[in-house]
Amino acid sequence: MMKTLLSAAAASALIAGAAQAEIKVGILHSLSGTMAISETTLKDTMLLLIEEQNKKGGLLGEEIVPVVVDPASDWPLFAEKARELLTVHDVDVIFGNWTSVSRKSVLPVIEELNGLLFYPVQYEGEESSKNVFYTGAAPNQQAIPATDYFLEELEVEKFALLGTDYVYPRTTNNILESYLKDKGIAAEDIFVNYTPFGHSDWSKIVADVVALGADGKKVGVISTINGDANIGFYKELAAAGVSADDIPVVAFSVGEEELSGLDTSNLVGHLAAWNYFQSAESDANDEFIAAWKAKMGEERVTNDPMEAHYIGFNMWVQAVEAAGTTDVDAVRTAMYGQTFPNLTGGTAEMLVNHHLAKPVLIGEILEDGQFDIISQTTEVPGDAWTDFLPESAVLVSDWKDLGCGMYNTDTKTCVQLKSNY
Amino acid sequence: MERSFFARNPSALIFIACLAGFTLLITVLAEGFGADVISTSMVKTLGKTLCLCLIAIAMDLVWGYCGILSLGHFAFFGLGGYMLGMWLMFERTKEIVVSSMANAPLPPTAQEIRDGIGTQIFGVVGGSEIPGIWLFADSLFAQLALVVLVPGLLALVFGWLAFRSRVTGVYLSILTQAMTLALALYLFQNDSGLRGNNGLSGLQNLPGADAIPQSTMSIWFLWASAAALALGYLLAAWIVGGKFGSVIRGIRDDEARVRFLGYNVEGYKLFIFTVTAVIAAIAGALYYPQAGIINPAEIAPIASIYLAVWVAIGGRGRIYGAVIGAAFVSLVSTWFTGGQAPDIPLGFYTIKWVDWWLILLGLSFVAVTLFAPKGIGGLFDLIEGRIAPNRHGADLGPDMSALREKEASE
Amino acid sequence: MFRTLLIALRLATLWLALGFAALAQDAPLQSVLQDNRAGFEKPSRKTVDGVIAALLDAQLPNAPAFLTRWREKEVWQRKEDKLFFYARDNGDKTYTLIDVDTGAEDGPYDKKALKQLKPNSGVRGVIATALVVFQLTDPDPAVREAGLTAIERGPEASHLAALRGSTEGEDVPALKARKQRLERLLTITYDKDSAARVAAIESFAGDLGVDARAALNPLLTTTRRASAERPADINVAAVLAPGIDLPRAEAYALLVEAGLAPPQITAAERKAALIANIENGAIAGTPIHTLNTDAARDATYAKLAAAGLVAEPVDTAFIDAALADNVFFDAYDEPDTAVTTAAAATLEAIEMRVGLNQMADLALDGLSLASIYFLAAIGLAITFGVMGVINMAHGEFIMMGAYTGYVIQQVIPDYTVSIIVAIPVAFAVTFAAGVAMERLVIRWLYNRPLETLLATFGISIALQQLAKNIFGTQARPLTSPGWLDGALVINDVVSISYIRIAIFVLSLIFLVVLLFILNRTRLGLEVRAVTQNPRMAASMGINPDRINMLTFGLGSGIAGIAGVAIGLYAKVTSELGADYIVQSFMTVVVGGVGNIWGTLFGATMIGFLQKGIEWLNPSNTLAAQTYMIIFIIIFIQFRPKGIIALKGRAAGD
Repeated sequence: MMKTLLSAAAASALIAGAAQAEIKVGILHSLSGTMAISETTLKDTMLLLIEEQNKKGGLLGEEIVPVVVDPASDWPLFAEKARELLTVHDVDVIFGNWTSVSRKSVLPVIEELNGLLFYPVQYEGEESSKNVFYTGAAPNQQAIPATDYFLEELEVEKFALLGTDYVYPRTTNNILESYLKDKGIAAEDIFVNYTPFGHSDWSKIVADVVALGADGKKVGVISTINGDANIGFYKELAAAGVSADDIPVVAFSVGEEELSGLDTSNLVGHLAAWNYFQSAESDANDEFIAAWKAKMGEERVTNDPMEAHYIGFNMWVQAVEAAGTTDVDAVRTAMYGQTFPNLTGGTAEMLVNHHLAKPVLIGEILEDGQFDIISQTTEVPGDAWTDFLPESAVLVSDWKDLGCGMYNTDTKTCVQLKSNY
Repeated sequence: MERSFFARNPSALIFIACLAGFTLLITVLAEGFGADVISTSMVKTLGKTLCLCLIAIAMDLVWGYCGILSLGHFAFFGLGGYMLGMWLMFERTKEIVVSSMANAPLPPTAQEIRDGIGTQIFGVVGGSEIPGIWLFADSLFAQLALVVLVPGLLALVFGWLAFRSRVTGVYLSILTQAMTLALALYLFQNDSGLRGNNGLSGLQNLPGADAIPQSTMSIWFLWASAAALALGYLLAAWIVGGKFGSVIRGIRDDEARVRFLGYNVEGYKLFIFTVTAVIAAIAGALYYPQAGIINPAEIAPIASIYLAVWVAIGGRGRIYGAVIGAAFVSLVSTWFTGGQAPDIPLGFYTIKWVDWWLILLGLSFVAVTLFAPKGIGGLFDLIEGRIAPNRHGADLGPDMSALREKEASE
Repeated sequence: MFRTLLIALRLATLWLALGFAALAQDAPLQSVLQDNRAGFEKPSRKTVDGVIAALLDAQLPNAPAFLTRWREKEVWQRKEDKLFFYARDNGDKTYTLIDVDTGAEDGPYDKKALKQLKPNSGVRGVIATALVVFQLTDPDPAVREAGLTAIERGPEASHLAALRGSTEGEDVPALKARKQRLERLLTITYDKDSAARVAAIESFAGDLGVDARAALNPLLTTTRRASAERPADINVAAVLAPGIDLPRAEAYALLVEAGLAPPQITAAERKAALIANIENGAIAGTPIHTLNTDAARDATYAKLAAAGLVAEPVDTAFIDAALADNVFFDAYDEPDTAVTTAAAATLEAIEMRVGLNQMADLALDGLSLASIYFLAAIGLAITFGVMGVINMAHGEFIMMGAYTGYVIQQVIPDYTVSIIVAIPVAFAVTFAAGVAMERLVIRWLYNRPLETLLATFGISIALQQLAKNIFGTQARPLTSPGWLDGALVINDVVSISYIRIAIFVLSLIFLVVLLFILNRTRLGLEVRAVTQNPRMAASMGINPDRINMLTFGLGSGIAGIAGVAIGLYAKVTSELGADYIVQSFMTVVVGGVGNIWGTLFGATMIGFLQKGIEWLNPSNTLAAQTYMIIFIIIFIQFRPKGIIALKGRAAGD
């Protein structure tokens, strides 16, 4: 017991001594537990990016040192590890988190200690923290364009919103319901269902979805089903003989990484919406994929959150160079307006609401587990507060000029400087 | 009387002295009080560990002394956390809402404030209404009462039903596990009104205490947890010390015989079950403000099984054994999963403890069950030279009757 | 977006008209394509109609073939001159281009010099719809079938004539039946003749097809309206009484919408009006700081209204009068009364049958779920039920079986063979694991059941983590052979996938085999003897150690086979077993320990119960699971020994 304490103390003293000589990047991704499969990939991505940056001569003439910790898919542990990174290891920036609940767990710590977090995963929005840069998609960069695609290109008139019962599907479906009603879809034409994590008994839900077609309207499924549960869902869809031409399914949580563990013959033609697909054609992408495969193995794939880290890390490097220091406040100011070419062609830009402007891609699943990109928009600016919920429509985030992440344009006041947890 | 209590329980005095010394040492070394050798995150970990020790005492009472292997005590722990968490969340949000409305042209009505709070808390999970179960969330006193009442009542009703139908042994374990699973699944639903999978978060920020840094706050909670642990220890020692303790140990060893002696076995079991549920709830209410977030994953059945594992490794049937087990396993676990443990290169394969720790824990648990039923606490017997007289061969564990013991010795 | 496309289209046309005039003679298709180049490069549902019309208007014989290949994503564009070609993949990232008009080959070209045209599935649907006219009379039945499928997905008025024209000459009976059915469906929607429509509608009485309901339901869509008098010329579905059929607030909103009443003042409007009238810290003489209740705000607003500064608030009496003065009704969008009456009557008959069949489907689902629970629990019924050993690692044995299936599928690529091999191998692997565990751990703990629980739990977490270390946390595919794909379709409502039928059959086989082993073989006799009284059995010459070992191995081996089946139907992850363990224990406990039949009843009850609750609350599957567990807890309180309670000595304690 005592020994542990002493060694921890000694370690912190050592680290404090070494801190001047190097720049430290904290990596807060689960390496064990249920989220490990998704998050380990992101840890490896960060190590690759740091390695490449060091090859180019590091940052401000110093070497970048990664500090990897394992929050073990345990949400309270995320907060504890974040505190450890910021106070014991004194990192300059943290790249990390996957699930929304883990982000909500970390937020109060990061805000209290004025840290800097880059969050790389598509999420439900309704948040803009002073200390977080959101490099994943906000709902208007993924869910809304995908819904537009359903409405305009596939002429879907009846929607089944199927999701796993947690915060991202709940909020996203809430926004979509409101959006669809604005678009003239009646409330009874929106079917919502929530299932637990890892759900496997899909026969009744699939039968319900098929039965939705009974009033002669074209049915489409918007799926926020997470992880393993997708397998049983798509198997049951295929068994029921439902093809993508009859009832298209667009998924927001199914990417290359998820498909790599799956027999995709059942899924061909179904859709996914992301800001990045491995099949995107650009030189930067080819280079990135080649570097990734050289490091991790030929069978590995790249996916959307990896691109988010790629953009986020490079923007942070540029901002540090512009600011000439790793001081959080100086870097944050330098981040606004930073641009970096994204892997799908075009340029990503960091906005004053801490979100990126990125293109939205829609892909059809192919036999080999890759996506055939059938629609790509120009850059869409990420919106922290959705315009489609009345209580959020009045809110904007502008950390540069207004200095507020939750500014009520009606009352012209800043609702709060800290975030909702 | 007080003297005689400690005279009968010398371990209690030693334990409290150790606990006080430990708390003082941490305080002196902590970031919040000058010396800055121990980081705030470490202080929080230690404070949380004390809470886990407290629930381990509860588990030891109900299992080690009374022979009921409850796989549901973490449910009570979590419920306690939820009850206090509701107040923390509601009040903190209320402060934010009121201050943001202070500049509005019209003073806000009570309904407007409530709507604002609802949007803030439930906007995250796609809602804005405050559900009915948040009725008392604006009153600290009411929620503190609920910390005790809700888990206590649940334990009372569940225990009354289960003991009345004479569900015992492994059936009772499975039944308690089912209760925990049902509660966890219920809380996982958004409709339960407690923010579903997201749970309650930001609990480390106490309302009205924005000015106090977390480094100081963590020390306060460490003290509170230590005090609660000390009181819990004394309560447990008092309960198992007197005649009452003899009866519950009797129930553990042969329930039928105690019943034939005229004792109301169900009443005793119900009392122990409910009291330990309340202790667990108090431990939870202290734990989650330090953890910062509570969500249904915390009360999954596996957590309660781990609790049993701690107590078994520490040593059942002695209160300090439970404390040692909880502290030892949870701290070692933190050390191994924290990535501090060095990897062992075997040439062809490198053992990474992040991957192998659970396997080690599982197997060491099997080993403890098979070879050292007394757990770590058994070591104290050796030190004190107080080895229990060897009466009928091996100890058969708490729930077996004397008759079966003799049969098995053949 | 749309406008840019149009401009691009026009520019392209202009430029092409000047530069490529010669092209029109040599390569008529290419020239039409170039005329509409933007529409082919970036096709959208909104623009594709015009593009296809332009192509078809040119009356080129190879246009349908081009459309087909465009739909199949086989058309490429050469970047340098923007011409369109078919392409053949040479396999080395180069493509040989084939001229759309002449079929002449060109190339090979590097992939980077080309761009593949990828119409999205909406556009593909439109192309398919346009191709229907060419397909219905095609000599190839497969093409005709594709045409019919296209009509089902995107029916159009023009299809009706084409269908009628082609039905007569159809020689494949199945296709002819499909054409006739489609013809009747299209008649309902598109025919002008009321009598023909009514006849077509009535021909669908009792039909369970989703397509029939899909044709009938749109005829019955209604619009809710309010008016001062009941209108004579409108096909009214129902007249609504406010407060009874229609909430009063909704009824009043209809009046406001129809311009028959002034709008109510909302809280937000009232607040805005108050704020707009602030003068020197007070509104109409009331100080602002007192306005923190609704009553105070109402009173102040009334003062403002009295002063004529804001609109008069609408009070209850006014609403009552307005509601009484007007009529509210649902009006059919379809003006023809005969059609709506026939459709309503036909649909009512259909819905009745659909409801019954949905019940049957639900029962099948329940049966299927019950068989899955039974399969997961049956091994436990032996180890826990018969031997009384609590094995928390049972779920991990199921997982081991599933991973065995996965590994074998990696070695043997043929799915059918691999499954046939996997079943005995999975049994062998988990049998061995079970025997090892019994020998090493459980036999030392036969008299300490609670500690068996904890020790096997330790094994369970170790095995789960071991699986994660070996196979990773990502789900692994266990693919069922082709003959288990698809579903047994009894009618359009009732269907069940073959894989579920296979699981059902498998659990029946298990039931029979186990009953046989336990009741009809020497092993079974010895097992029962050892269970009831080990020392008496030992004195009769039975070796209890051996029997315990074999029984435990048998229970574990069955779990392995169950793992293969469950992996086929869902997924293979390290947590697969943990998902089933609590349910399995409850299945055994609810059914009654020590009896295979009990487990069967337990599984049946839990399966049906869960489906029943899901049916009551279709939007929340989690709730179904929660309430099911609560029900089981309560059930056990009242029947602690389960559905089938053993009596007498065999019951033990």
